[in-house]
Amino acid sequence: MEKSITNNKKMIGVVLLIILALPIIVQDNNFRHIMILFVLYAALGEAWNIITGYAGQTSFGHAAFFGIGAYTSTVLLWKFDIIPWIGMLIGGIIAVVVAIIVSYPAFKLTGHYFAIATLAIGEIMLQLFVSWEYVEGATGIMLPIKENGYKYMQFHPMNKLSYYYIVFGLFVITVITAYIVGNSKMGFYLKAIKENPDAAQSIGINVTRYKLYAMMVSAFLTAIVGSFYAQYVTYIDPFMVFPLALSMQIVLITVIGGLGNIYGPILGAAILIPLSQYTRIIFGGTGKGLDLIIFGALVVIVTIFQPNGLVGLFENLFKKIKKKEAINDGKLHDVS
Amino acid sequence: MESYMMSVDNVTMKFGSLVANSNVSFNVKEGEIVSLIGPNGAGKTTLFNCVTGFYKPSSGKVIFNGADITGVRPDKIAKLGLTRTFQIVKPLKSMTVKENIMTGAFIRTNKFSEAEKIAEEVMERINLIEKRDYLSSSLTIADKKRLEIARILATQPKMIMLDEAMAGLNQTEIKEVMKLIVTLNKQGMTFVIVEHIMEAIMPISDRVVVLNAGVKILEDIPQNVVNNDEVIKAYLGEKYHAKNQKS
Repeated sequence: MEKSITNNKKMIGVVLLIILALPIIVQDNNFRHIMILFVLYAALGEAWNIITGYAGQTSFGHAAFFGIGAYTSTVLLWKFDIIPWIGMLIGGIIAVVVAIIVSYPAFKLTGHYFAIATLAIGEIMLQLFVSWEYVEGATGIMLPIKENGYKYMQFHPMNKLSYYYIVFGLFVITVITAYIVGNSKMGFYLKAIKENPDAAQSIGINVTRYKLYAMMVSAFLTAIVGSFYAQYVTYIDPFMVFPLALSMQIVLITVIGGLGNIYGPILGAAILIPLSQYTRIIFGGTGKGLDLIIFGALVVIVTIFQPNGLVGLFENLFKKIKKKEAINDGKLHDVS
Repeated sequence: MESYMMSVDNVTMKFGSLVANSNVSFNVKEGEIVSLIGPNGAGKTTLFNCVTGFYKPSSGKVIFNGADITGVRPDKIAKLGLTRTFQIVKPLKSMTVKENIMTGAFIRTNKFSEAEKIAEEVMERINLIEKRDYLSSSLTIADKKRLEIARILATQPKMIMLDEAMAGLNQTEIKEVMKLIVTLNKQGMTFVIVEHIMEAIMPISDRVVVLNAGVKILEDIPQNVVNNDEVIKAYLGEKYHAKNQKS
Protein backbone atom coordinates (compact mmCIF):
# COMPACT_ATOMS: atom_id res chain seq x y z
CA MET A 1 0.00 0.00 0.00
CA GLU A 2 2.76 2.43 -0.78
CA LYS A 3 0.85 5.03 -2.70
CA SER A 4 -2.73 4.41 -3.70
CA ILE A 5 -3.70 5.17 -7.29
CA THR A 6 -6.13 7.81 -6.07
CA ASN A 7 -3.27 10.01 -4.96
CA ASN A 8 -1.43 9.90 -8.21
CA LYS A 9 -1.48 13.32 -9.84
CA LYS A 10 -0.19 12.06 -13.17
CA MET A 11 -2.91 9.45 -13.36
CA ILE A 12 -5.60 12.06 -12.70
CA GLY A 13 -4.08 14.26 -15.39
CA VAL A 14 -4.16 11.47 -17.94
CA VAL A 15 -7.77 10.64 -17.14
CA LEU A 16 -8.77 14.29 -17.48
CA LEU A 17 -6.95 14.64 -20.79
CA ILE A 18 -8.71 11.60 -22.23
CA ILE A 19 -12.07 13.01 -21.16
CA LEU A 20 -11.20 16.36 -22.72
CA ALA A 21 -10.02 14.83 -25.97
CA LEU A 22 -12.96 12.47 -26.61
CA PRO A 23 -15.58 14.98 -27.86
CA ILE A 24 -12.93 16.84 -29.87
CA ILE A 25 -11.99 13.67 -31.72
CA VAL A 26 -15.50 12.31 -32.15
CA GLN A 27 -17.36 14.94 -34.16
CA ASP A 28 -20.87 13.87 -33.42
CA ASN A 29 -23.29 16.26 -31.77
CA ASN A 30 -25.18 13.51 -30.03
CA PHE A 31 -21.99 12.10 -28.58
CA ARG A 32 -20.90 15.57 -27.49
CA HIS A 33 -24.21 16.10 -25.72
CA ILE A 34 -23.70 12.87 -23.84
CA MET A 35 -20.17 13.93 -22.95
CA ILE A 36 -21.47 17.23 -21.60
CA LEU A 37 -23.97 15.42 -19.40
CA PHE A 38 -21.36 12.90 -18.34
CA VAL A 39 -18.91 15.57 -17.25
CA LEU A 40 -21.71 17.55 -15.60
CA TYR A 41 -22.83 14.60 -13.51
CA ALA A 42 -19.27 13.62 -12.71
CA ALA A 43 -18.72 17.15 -11.39
CA LEU A 44 -21.88 16.91 -9.29
CA GLY A 45 -20.70 13.56 -7.97
CA GLU A 46 -17.31 15.01 -7.03
CA ALA A 47 -19.02 17.83 -5.15
CA TRP A 48 -21.37 15.47 -3.33
CA ASN A 49 -18.47 13.16 -2.54
CA ILE A 50 -16.88 15.84 -0.37
CA ILE A 51 -19.72 15.95 2.12
CA THR A 52 -20.80 12.32 1.89
CA GLY A 53 -17.78 10.34 0.72
CA TYR A 54 -15.22 12.16 2.82
CA ALA A 55 -17.20 13.51 5.76
CA GLY A 56 -19.72 10.68 5.87
CA GLN A 57 -22.79 12.93 6.06
CA THR A 58 -25.25 11.49 3.57
CA SER A 59 -27.06 14.21 1.66
CA PHE A 60 -30.16 13.35 -0.34
CA GLY A 61 -30.91 16.98 -1.07
CA HIS A 62 -28.16 18.22 -3.31
CA ALA A 63 -30.67 19.16 -5.98
CA ALA A 64 -31.44 22.12 -3.71
CA PHE A 65 -28.01 23.61 -4.34
CA PHE A 66 -28.08 22.70 -8.01
CA GLY A 67 -31.39 24.49 -8.41
CA ILE A 68 -30.25 27.53 -6.47
CA GLY A 69 -27.29 27.84 -8.81
CA ALA A 70 -29.47 27.42 -11.88
CA TYR A 71 -32.08 29.92 -10.74
CA THR A 72 -29.66 32.56 -9.49
CA SER A 73 -27.71 32.93 -12.71
CA THR A 74 -30.89 32.68 -14.78
CA VAL A 75 -32.81 35.30 -12.83
CA LEU A 76 -29.83 37.64 -12.81
CA LEU A 77 -29.46 37.33 -16.56
CA TRP A 78 -33.17 37.57 -17.26
CA LYS A 79 -34.04 40.48 -14.96
CA PHE A 80 -30.77 42.38 -14.60
CA ASP A 81 -28.75 41.40 -17.64
CA ILE A 82 -25.89 40.18 -15.48
CA ILE A 83 -23.56 37.80 -17.31
CA PRO A 84 -23.87 34.15 -16.26
CA TRP A 85 -20.24 33.99 -15.08
CA ILE A 86 -21.02 36.47 -12.32
CA GLY A 87 -24.43 34.86 -11.80
CA MET A 88 -22.64 31.56 -11.34
CA LEU A 89 -20.45 32.98 -8.59
CA ILE A 90 -23.37 34.66 -6.86
CA GLY A 91 -25.37 31.44 -7.14
CA GLY A 92 -22.50 29.58 -5.52
CA ILE A 93 -22.36 32.08 -2.70
CA ILE A 94 -26.12 31.93 -2.11
CA ALA A 95 -25.90 28.13 -2.06
CA VAL A 96 -23.16 28.37 0.57
CA VAL A 97 -25.32 30.65 2.70
CA VAL A 98 -28.30 28.32 2.38
CA ALA A 99 -26.02 25.37 3.18
CA ILE A 100 -24.90 27.04 6.39
CA ILE A 101 -28.42 27.96 7.45
CA VAL A 102 -29.91 24.53 6.86
CA SER A 103 -26.94 22.35 7.79
CA TYR A 104 -26.05 23.93 11.08
CA PRO A 105 -29.21 22.68 12.79
CA ALA A 106 -29.30 19.53 10.64
CA PHE A 107 -25.82 18.49 11.80
CA LYS A 108 -27.27 17.91 15.25
CA LEU A 109 -28.74 14.84 13.58
CA THR A 110 -26.57 11.92 12.60
CA GLY A 111 -26.79 8.99 10.23
CA HIS A 112 -30.18 8.26 8.69
CA TYR A 113 -31.83 11.18 10.43
CA PHE A 114 -29.48 13.64 8.80
CA ALA A 115 -30.13 12.03 5.43
CA ILE A 116 -33.89 12.41 5.93
CA ALA A 117 -33.46 16.07 6.86
CA THR A 118 -31.53 16.75 3.65
CA LEU A 119 -34.24 14.96 1.70
CA ALA A 120 -36.75 17.38 3.19
CA ILE A 121 -34.58 20.39 2.32
CA GLY A 122 -34.55 19.39 -1.35
CA GLU A 123 -38.33 19.00 -1.41
CA ILE A 124 -38.90 22.28 0.44
CA MET A 125 -36.83 24.09 -2.18
CA LEU A 126 -38.88 22.53 -4.96
CA GLN A 127 -42.18 23.63 -3.39
CA LEU A 128 -40.81 27.07 -2.65
CA PHE A 129 -39.85 27.71 -6.25
CA VAL A 130 -43.06 26.22 -7.61
CA SER A 131 -45.08 28.82 -5.76
CA TRP A 132 -42.68 31.75 -6.01
CA GLU A 133 -44.15 34.18 -8.53
CA TYR A 134 -41.07 36.38 -8.90
CA VAL A 135 -39.32 33.47 -10.60
CA GLU A 136 -42.44 32.53 -12.58
CA GLY A 137 -43.30 29.57 -10.30
CA ALA A 138 -44.02 26.31 -12.05
CA THR A 139 -44.07 27.96 -15.48
CA GLY A 140 -40.32 28.22 -15.45
CA ILE A 141 -38.02 30.72 -17.07
CA MET A 142 -36.94 30.90 -20.69
CA LEU A 143 -33.47 32.38 -20.88
CA PRO A 144 -33.26 35.54 -23.00
CA ILE A 145 -31.21 35.26 -26.16
CA LYS A 146 -27.99 37.22 -25.92
CA GLU A 147 -25.00 37.83 -28.13
CA ASN A 148 -22.97 34.91 -29.32
CA GLY A 149 -19.90 33.93 -27.37
CA TYR A 150 -18.36 32.91 -24.09
CA LYS A 151 -19.34 36.14 -22.36
CA TYR A 152 -23.01 35.15 -22.18
CA MET A 153 -22.32 31.41 -22.45
CA GLN A 154 -24.53 31.34 -25.51
CA PHE A 155 -23.55 29.89 -28.83
CA HIS A 156 -25.75 30.28 -31.89
CA PRO A 157 -26.15 28.10 -33.68
CA MET A 158 -25.75 25.48 -30.98
CA ASN A 159 -22.07 24.73 -30.64
CA LYS A 160 -21.77 21.79 -28.31
CA LEU A 161 -18.01 21.92 -28.14
CA SER A 162 -17.94 25.40 -26.61
CA TYR A 163 -20.40 24.30 -23.94
CA TYR A 164 -18.26 21.28 -23.41
CA TYR A 165 -15.17 23.38 -22.72
CA ILE A 166 -17.06 25.35 -20.08
CA VAL A 167 -18.47 22.35 -18.27
CA PHE A 168 -15.15 20.57 -18.54
CA GLY A 169 -13.52 23.56 -16.85
CA LEU A 170 -16.03 23.35 -14.01
CA PHE A 171 -15.43 19.64 -13.77
CA VAL A 172 -11.68 20.17 -13.50
CA ILE A 173 -12.32 22.69 -10.71
CA THR A 174 -14.33 20.12 -8.77
CA VAL A 175 -11.71 17.42 -9.31
CA ILE A 176 -8.90 19.70 -8.16
CA THR A 177 -10.94 20.79 -5.15
CA ALA A 178 -11.68 17.18 -4.26
CA TYR A 179 -8.01 16.35 -4.62
CA ILE A 180 -6.89 19.25 -2.46
CA VAL A 181 -9.51 18.48 0.19
CA GLY A 182 -8.61 14.80 0.18
CA ASN A 183 -4.91 15.42 0.66
CA SER A 184 -4.99 18.14 3.26
CA LYS A 185 -5.72 18.69 6.90
CA MET A 186 -9.39 19.11 6.03
CA GLY A 187 -9.53 15.75 4.27
CA PHE A 188 -7.92 13.98 7.22
CA TYR A 189 -10.31 15.67 9.60
CA LEU A 190 -13.35 14.80 7.50
CA LYS A 191 -12.28 11.16 7.30
CA ALA A 192 -11.74 11.11 11.06
CA ILE A 193 -15.22 12.55 11.59
CA LYS A 194 -16.68 9.93 9.29
CA GLU A 195 -14.90 7.10 11.09
CA ASN A 196 -15.45 8.17 14.64
CA PRO A 197 -16.72 11.56 15.81
CA ASP A 198 -15.68 10.91 19.43
CA ALA A 199 -12.13 10.01 18.53
CA ALA A 200 -12.07 13.03 16.23
CA GLN A 201 -13.10 15.34 19.04
CA SER A 202 -10.57 13.87 21.42
CA ILE A 203 -7.74 14.88 19.11
CA GLY A 204 -8.94 18.41 18.79
CA ILE A 205 -11.26 18.36 15.79
CA ASN A 206 -14.21 20.73 15.88
CA VAL A 207 -16.63 18.26 14.35
CA THR A 208 -19.50 20.62 13.52
CA ARG A 209 -17.23 23.24 12.01
CA TYR A 210 -15.49 20.82 9.68
CA LYS A 211 -18.75 19.21 8.60
CA LEU A 212 -19.98 22.70 7.83
CA TYR A 213 -16.85 23.49 5.79
CA ALA A 214 -17.39 20.32 3.77
CA MET A 215 -21.02 21.21 3.15
CA MET A 216 -20.12 24.73 2.07
CA VAL A 217 -17.55 23.55 -0.45
CA SER A 218 -19.92 20.90 -1.74
CA ALA A 219 -22.84 23.33 -2.05
CA PHE A 220 -20.76 25.91 -3.91
CA LEU A 221 -19.49 23.43 -6.48
CA THR A 222 -22.95 21.94 -6.98
CA ALA A 223 -24.45 25.40 -7.52
CA ILE A 224 -21.95 26.51 -10.17
CA VAL A 225 -22.63 23.34 -12.11
CA GLY A 226 -26.33 24.13 -11.76
CA SER A 227 -25.74 27.57 -13.28
CA PHE A 228 -24.04 26.01 -16.26
CA TYR A 229 -26.91 23.58 -16.73
CA ALA A 230 -29.41 26.44 -16.95
CA GLN A 231 -27.27 28.16 -19.59
CA TYR A 232 -26.98 24.95 -21.54
CA VAL A 233 -30.63 24.00 -21.69
CA THR A 234 -31.77 27.69 -21.82
CA TYR A 235 -35.02 26.91 -20.04
CA ILE A 236 -35.54 25.93 -16.42
CA ASP A 237 -38.47 25.15 -14.21
CA PRO A 238 -38.47 23.86 -10.62
CA PHE A 239 -39.17 20.28 -11.66
CA MET A 240 -36.08 20.24 -13.83
CA VAL A 241 -33.57 21.57 -11.35
CA PHE A 242 -34.94 20.61 -7.94
CA PRO A 243 -36.23 17.06 -8.40
CA LEU A 244 -35.51 14.30 -5.95
CA ALA A 245 -34.52 12.18 -8.94
CA LEU A 246 -31.55 14.49 -9.52
CA SER A 247 -30.38 14.19 -5.91
CA MET A 248 -30.71 10.44 -6.21
CA GLN A 249 -28.82 10.28 -9.49
CA ILE A 250 -25.92 12.11 -7.88
CA VAL A 251 -26.00 9.61 -5.02
CA LEU A 252 -26.21 6.58 -7.31
CA ILE A 253 -23.39 7.73 -9.55
CA THR A 254 -21.01 8.25 -6.68
CA VAL A 255 -21.98 5.17 -4.70
CA ILE A 256 -21.60 2.86 -7.66
CA GLY A 257 -18.33 4.46 -8.70
CA GLY A 258 -16.82 4.61 -5.24
CA LEU A 259 -17.40 6.79 -2.20
CA GLY A 260 -14.62 9.01 -0.95
CA ASN A 261 -12.60 8.55 -4.10
CA ILE A 262 -11.79 10.97 -6.90
CA TYR A 263 -12.40 8.41 -9.64
CA GLY A 264 -15.66 7.22 -8.10
CA PRO A 265 -18.01 9.85 -9.55
CA ILE A 266 -16.18 9.78 -12.90
CA LEU A 267 -16.61 6.04 -13.23
CA GLY A 268 -20.20 6.11 -12.03
CA ALA A 269 -21.15 8.90 -14.42
CA ALA A 270 -19.32 7.18 -17.27
CA ILE A 271 -21.67 4.24 -16.83
CA LEU A 272 -25.00 5.81 -15.91
CA ILE A 273 -25.10 8.76 -18.29
CA PRO A 274 -24.39 6.92 -21.57
CA LEU A 275 -26.68 4.16 -20.35
CA SER A 276 -29.60 6.50 -19.77
CA GLN A 277 -28.99 8.49 -22.95
CA TYR A 278 -28.56 5.54 -25.27
CA THR A 279 -31.53 3.64 -23.88
CA ARG A 280 -33.53 6.77 -24.59
CA ILE A 281 -32.18 6.92 -28.12
CA ILE A 282 -32.80 3.26 -28.81
CA PHE A 283 -36.11 2.67 -27.07
CA GLY A 284 -37.56 6.17 -27.00
CA GLY A 285 -40.50 6.60 -24.65
CA THR A 286 -41.09 2.87 -24.28
CA GLY A 287 -37.70 2.40 -22.67
CA LYS A 288 -38.31 4.95 -19.96
CA GLY A 289 -36.70 3.82 -16.72
CA LEU A 290 -34.85 0.97 -18.37
CA ASP A 291 -31.53 2.62 -17.56
CA LEU A 292 -32.52 2.81 -13.90
CA ILE A 293 -33.48 -0.85 -13.90
CA ILE A 294 -30.05 -1.77 -15.19
CA PHE A 295 -28.44 0.69 -12.84
CA GLY A 296 -30.43 -0.63 -9.88
CA ALA A 297 -29.18 -4.11 -10.67
CA LEU A 298 -25.64 -2.76 -10.85
CA VAL A 299 -26.03 -1.10 -7.45
CA VAL A 300 -27.17 -4.40 -5.94
CA ILE A 301 -24.26 -6.26 -7.50
CA VAL A 302 -21.74 -3.65 -6.44
CA THR A 303 -22.96 -3.47 -2.85
CA ILE A 304 -22.84 -7.25 -2.53
CA PHE A 305 -19.48 -7.88 -4.13
CA GLN A 306 -17.58 -4.64 -3.88
CA PRO A 307 -18.87 -2.23 -1.22
CA ASN A 308 -16.14 0.24 -2.11
CA GLY A 309 -17.67 0.74 -5.53
CA LEU A 310 -16.17 0.02 -8.91
CA VAL A 311 -13.06 1.94 -7.91
CA GLY A 312 -12.52 -0.68 -5.19
CA LEU A 313 -12.42 -3.29 -7.92
CA PHE A 314 -9.62 -1.47 -9.72
CA GLU A 315 -7.75 -0.82 -6.51
CA ASN A 316 -7.82 -4.49 -5.62
CA LEU A 317 -6.49 -5.31 -9.05
CA PHE A 318 -3.77 -2.73 -8.63
CA LYS A 319 -2.85 -4.12 -5.22
CA LYS A 320 -2.63 -7.64 -6.59
CA ILE A 321 -0.21 -6.51 -9.29
CA LYS A 322 1.87 -4.72 -6.67
CA LYS A 323 1.85 -7.79 -4.48
CA LYS A 324 3.04 -9.93 -7.35
CA GLU A 325 5.86 -7.50 -7.96
CA ALA A 326 6.73 -7.62 -4.30
CA ILE A 327 6.82 -11.42 -4.34
CA ASN A 328 9.06 -11.33 -7.37
CA ASP A 329 11.33 -8.88 -5.59
CA GLY A 330 11.29 -11.19 -2.59
CA LYS A 331 10.31 -8.51 -0.11
CA LEU A 332 6.74 -9.35 0.67
CA HIS A 333 5.35 -9.03 4.11
CA ASP A 334 1.72 -9.50 5.00
CA VAL A 335 -0.13 -6.24 4.49
CA SER A 336 -3.65 -7.53 4.14
CA MET B 1 -0.94 26.71 47.99
CA GLU B 2 0.86 24.39 45.63
CA SER B 3 0.23 24.86 41.94
CA TYR B 4 -1.44 21.95 40.27
CA MET B 5 -1.56 21.09 36.61
CA MET B 6 -5.08 19.90 36.97
CA SER B 7 -7.52 20.10 39.79
CA VAL B 8 -10.86 18.40 39.88
CA ASP B 9 -13.00 20.22 42.36
CA ASN B 10 -16.16 18.66 43.79
CA VAL B 11 -17.33 17.19 40.53
CA THR B 12 -20.79 15.67 40.63
CA MET B 13 -22.36 13.97 37.65
CA LYS B 14 -25.97 12.88 37.69
CA PHE B 15 -27.84 10.95 35.02
CA GLY B 16 -31.43 11.55 36.07
CA SER B 17 -31.60 10.18 39.59
CA LEU B 18 -28.44 8.12 39.20
CA VAL B 19 -25.43 9.77 40.77
CA ALA B 20 -22.38 8.52 38.89
CA ASN B 21 -19.90 10.85 40.58
CA SER B 22 -20.54 12.59 43.84
CA ASN B 23 -18.29 15.46 44.95
CA VAL B 24 -15.09 13.97 43.63
CA SER B 25 -11.99 16.10 44.09
CA PHE B 26 -8.37 15.41 43.33
CA ASN B 27 -5.32 17.22 42.05
CA VAL B 28 -2.56 16.31 39.65
CA LYS B 29 0.88 17.87 39.70
CA GLU B 30 3.03 18.27 36.63
CA GLY B 31 5.10 15.17 35.91
CA GLU B 32 3.02 12.88 38.07
CA ILE B 33 1.36 9.58 37.29
CA VAL B 34 -1.94 9.49 39.10
CA SER B 35 -4.14 6.48 38.74
CA LEU B 36 -7.80 6.16 39.22
CA ILE B 37 -9.01 2.77 40.41
CA GLY B 38 -12.22 1.29 41.65
CA PRO B 39 -14.53 -1.64 40.98
CA ASN B 40 -16.79 -1.78 37.93
CA GLY B 41 -19.38 0.96 37.97
CA ALA B 42 -17.40 3.11 40.39
CA GLY B 43 -17.69 6.04 37.99
CA LYS B 44 -14.14 6.18 36.67
CA THR B 45 -15.00 6.55 33.03
CA THR B 46 -17.76 9.03 33.84
CA LEU B 47 -15.24 11.13 35.71
CA PHE B 48 -12.96 10.90 32.70
CA ASN B 49 -15.71 12.08 30.43
CA CYS B 50 -16.47 14.98 32.75
CA VAL B 51 -12.86 16.08 32.83
CA THR B 52 -12.26 15.80 29.09
CA GLY B 53 -15.46 17.57 28.10
CA PHE B 54 -17.48 14.65 26.78
CA TYR B 55 -19.95 15.23 29.62
CA LYS B 56 -20.81 18.48 31.30
CA PRO B 57 -20.72 17.81 35.03
CA SER B 58 -23.89 18.58 37.00
CA SER B 59 -21.81 20.59 39.43
CA GLY B 60 -18.19 21.15 40.34
CA LYS B 61 -15.23 22.53 38.50
CA VAL B 62 -12.28 21.26 36.51
CA ILE B 63 -9.23 23.49 36.24
CA PHE B 64 -6.45 22.65 33.80
CA ASN B 65 -3.31 24.77 33.64
CA GLY B 66 -5.13 27.62 35.27
CA ALA B 67 -8.06 27.57 32.86
CA ASP B 68 -11.56 26.54 33.81
CA ILE B 69 -12.41 23.72 31.44
CA THR B 70 -15.68 22.60 33.02
CA GLY B 71 -18.09 21.71 30.24
CA VAL B 72 -15.75 22.99 27.52
CA ARG B 73 -15.91 21.02 24.26
CA PRO B 74 -13.44 18.11 23.97
CA ASP B 75 -11.69 19.52 20.92
CA LYS B 76 -10.97 22.77 22.74
CA ILE B 77 -9.65 20.87 25.74
CA ALA B 78 -7.41 18.88 23.42
CA LYS B 79 -6.07 22.14 22.01
CA LEU B 80 -5.20 23.22 25.55
CA GLY B 81 -3.08 20.09 25.86
CA LEU B 82 -5.27 17.59 27.69
CA THR B 83 -6.05 14.50 25.64
CA ARG B 84 -7.45 11.08 26.34
CA THR B 85 -7.73 7.58 24.99
CA PHE B 86 -10.87 5.49 25.08
CA GLN B 87 -11.64 2.29 26.90
CA ILE B 88 -12.83 0.80 23.65
CA VAL B 89 -10.20 1.62 21.07
CA LYS B 90 -11.33 3.94 18.31
CA PRO B 91 -8.82 3.67 15.46
CA LEU B 92 -9.70 5.51 12.28
CA LYS B 93 -10.14 2.23 10.46
CA SER B 94 -9.89 3.19 6.83
CA MET B 95 -6.67 5.10 7.44
CA THR B 96 -3.16 3.78 7.77
CA VAL B 97 -1.17 3.97 10.99
CA LYS B 98 0.68 6.99 9.70
CA GLU B 99 -2.49 8.76 8.60
CA ASN B 100 -4.07 8.12 11.99
CA ILE B 101 -1.16 9.78 13.73
CA MET B 102 -1.06 12.61 11.19
CA THR B 103 -4.70 13.36 11.96
CA GLY B 104 -3.64 13.97 15.54
CA ALA B 105 -0.69 16.09 14.44
CA PHE B 106 -2.89 18.47 12.45
CA ILE B 107 -4.00 20.07 15.70
CA ARG B 108 -0.78 22.08 15.84
CA THR B 109 -0.15 22.62 12.15
CA ASN B 110 -1.98 23.15 8.88
CA LYS B 111 0.87 21.87 6.76
CA PHE B 112 0.81 18.38 5.36
CA SER B 113 4.60 17.96 5.46
CA GLU B 114 4.78 19.22 9.03
CA ALA B 115 2.13 16.74 10.14
CA GLU B 116 4.05 13.99 8.37
CA LYS B 117 7.19 14.96 10.23
CA ILE B 118 5.46 14.89 13.61
CA ALA B 119 3.91 11.52 12.77
CA GLU B 120 7.31 10.09 11.84
CA GLU B 121 8.78 11.28 15.13
CA VAL B 122 5.95 9.82 17.15
CA MET B 123 6.16 6.49 15.31
CA GLU B 124 9.87 6.32 16.04
CA ARG B 125 9.26 7.08 19.67
CA ILE B 126 6.72 4.41 20.27
CA ASN B 127 7.83 1.71 17.89
CA LEU B 128 5.20 1.83 15.21
CA ILE B 129 7.49 2.85 12.39
CA GLU B 130 7.52 -0.59 10.79
CA LYS B 131 3.74 -0.64 10.66
CA ARG B 132 3.35 2.85 9.30
CA ASP B 133 1.57 1.80 6.11
CA TYR B 134 -0.68 -0.83 7.69
CA LEU B 135 -4.37 -0.12 7.73
CA SER B 136 -5.23 0.55 11.35
CA SER B 137 -8.09 -1.96 11.21
CA SER B 138 -5.57 -4.73 10.53
CA LEU B 139 -3.57 -4.14 13.71
CA THR B 140 -3.62 -6.38 16.77
CA ILE B 141 -5.42 -5.07 19.81
CA ALA B 142 -2.10 -4.24 21.46
CA ASP B 143 -0.98 -2.23 18.46
CA LYS B 144 -4.34 -0.50 18.28
CA LYS B 145 -3.93 0.66 21.88
CA ARG B 146 -0.42 1.76 21.06
CA LEU B 147 -1.78 3.63 18.07
CA GLU B 148 -4.32 5.43 20.28
CA ILE B 149 -1.47 6.63 22.45
CA ALA B 150 0.55 7.59 19.38
CA ARG B 151 -2.33 9.56 17.93
CA ILE B 152 -2.77 11.64 21.07
CA LEU B 153 0.98 12.05 21.46
CA ALA B 154 0.94 13.65 18.04
CA THR B 155 -1.32 16.37 19.44
CA GLN B 156 1.65 17.27 21.65
CA PRO B 157 -0.32 17.19 24.89
CA LYS B 158 0.76 18.33 28.32
CA MET B 159 -1.27 15.66 30.05
CA ILE B 160 -2.54 12.31 28.86
CA MET B 161 -5.50 10.48 30.31
CA LEU B 162 -5.53 6.77 29.59
CA ASP B 163 -8.79 4.88 29.96
CA GLU B 164 -7.89 1.22 30.54
CA ALA B 165 -5.03 1.21 28.10
CA MET B 166 -4.01 -2.26 29.23
CA ALA B 167 -7.32 -4.09 29.28
CA GLY B 168 -7.33 -7.12 27.02
CA LEU B 169 -3.56 -7.29 26.67
CA ASN B 170 -1.33 -10.22 27.62
CA GLN B 171 1.46 -10.00 30.16
CA THR B 172 4.19 -9.07 27.72
CA GLU B 173 2.07 -6.45 26.09
CA ILE B 174 1.13 -4.97 29.47
CA LYS B 175 4.81 -4.71 30.34
CA GLU B 176 5.41 -2.88 27.08
CA VAL B 177 2.67 -0.36 27.78
CA MET B 178 4.02 0.13 31.32
CA LYS B 179 7.45 0.74 29.94
CA LEU B 180 6.06 3.19 27.44
CA ILE B 181 4.22 5.12 30.14
CA VAL B 182 7.30 5.28 32.36
CA THR B 183 9.49 6.41 29.47
CA LEU B 184 7.09 9.15 28.48
CA ASN B 185 6.76 10.16 32.11
CA LYS B 186 10.51 10.51 32.40
CA GLN B 187 10.40 12.80 29.39
CA GLY B 188 8.04 14.99 31.39
CA MET B 189 4.57 13.77 30.47
CA THR B 190 1.87 13.87 33.11
CA PHE B 191 -0.56 10.94 33.26
CA VAL B 192 -3.92 10.16 34.72
CA ILE B 193 -4.67 6.49 34.27
CA VAL B 194 -7.81 4.47 34.79
CA GLU B 195 -6.93 0.84 35.18
CA HIS B 196 -8.14 -2.47 36.50
CA ILE B 197 -4.89 -4.35 36.39
CA MET B 198 -3.39 -3.66 39.79
CA GLU B 199 -0.01 -5.27 39.29
CA ALA B 200 0.49 -3.04 36.29
CA ILE B 201 -0.57 0.18 37.82
CA MET B 202 0.72 0.05 41.37
CA PRO B 203 4.44 0.02 40.51
CA ILE B 204 4.26 3.03 38.20
CA SER B 205 1.81 5.31 39.99
CA ASP B 206 2.87 8.19 42.20
CA ARG B 207 -0.54 8.42 43.75
CA VAL B 208 -3.72 6.42 43.58
CA VAL B 209 -7.28 7.72 43.81
CA VAL B 210 -9.84 5.10 44.72
CA LEU B 211 -13.46 5.51 43.70
CA ASN B 212 -16.34 3.42 44.90
CA ALA B 213 -19.97 3.93 43.90
CA GLY B 214 -19.15 7.40 42.61
CA VAL B 215 -17.46 8.59 45.79
CA LYS B 216 -13.75 9.04 46.36
CA ILE B 217 -12.90 6.80 49.27
CA LEU B 218 -9.14 7.20 49.36
CA GLU B 219 -6.20 9.03 47.87
CA ASP B 220 -2.76 7.83 48.84
CA ILE B 221 0.53 6.37 47.67
CA PRO B 222 0.20 2.85 46.17
CA GLN B 223 1.70 1.01 49.17
CA ASN B 224 -0.93 2.36 51.52
CA VAL B 225 -3.79 1.81 49.13
CA VAL B 226 -3.32 -1.94 48.84
CA ASN B 227 -3.46 -2.35 52.60
CA ASN B 228 -6.40 -0.08 53.16
CA ASP B 229 -9.50 -1.65 54.68
CA GLU B 230 -11.94 0.50 52.74
CA VAL B 231 -10.31 -0.44 49.47
CA ILE B 232 -10.32 -4.15 50.23
CA LYS B 233 -13.97 -3.85 51.22
CA ALA B 234 -14.80 -2.07 47.99
CA TYR B 235 -13.04 -4.61 45.82
CA LEU B 236 -13.65 -7.87 47.62
CA GLY B 237 -16.88 -7.18 49.47
CA GLU B 238 -17.99 -6.93 53.09
CA LYS B 239 -17.85 -10.68 53.67
CA TYR B 240 -14.25 -11.19 52.74
CA HIS B 241 -13.34 -8.10 54.66
CA ALA B 242 -14.99 -9.47 57.82
CA LYS B 243 -13.25 -12.81 57.38
CA ASN B 244 -10.00 -11.05 56.99
CA GLN B 245 -10.55 -9.11 60.19
CA LYS B 246 -11.18 -12.23 62.30
CA SER B 247 -8.06 -14.09 61.29
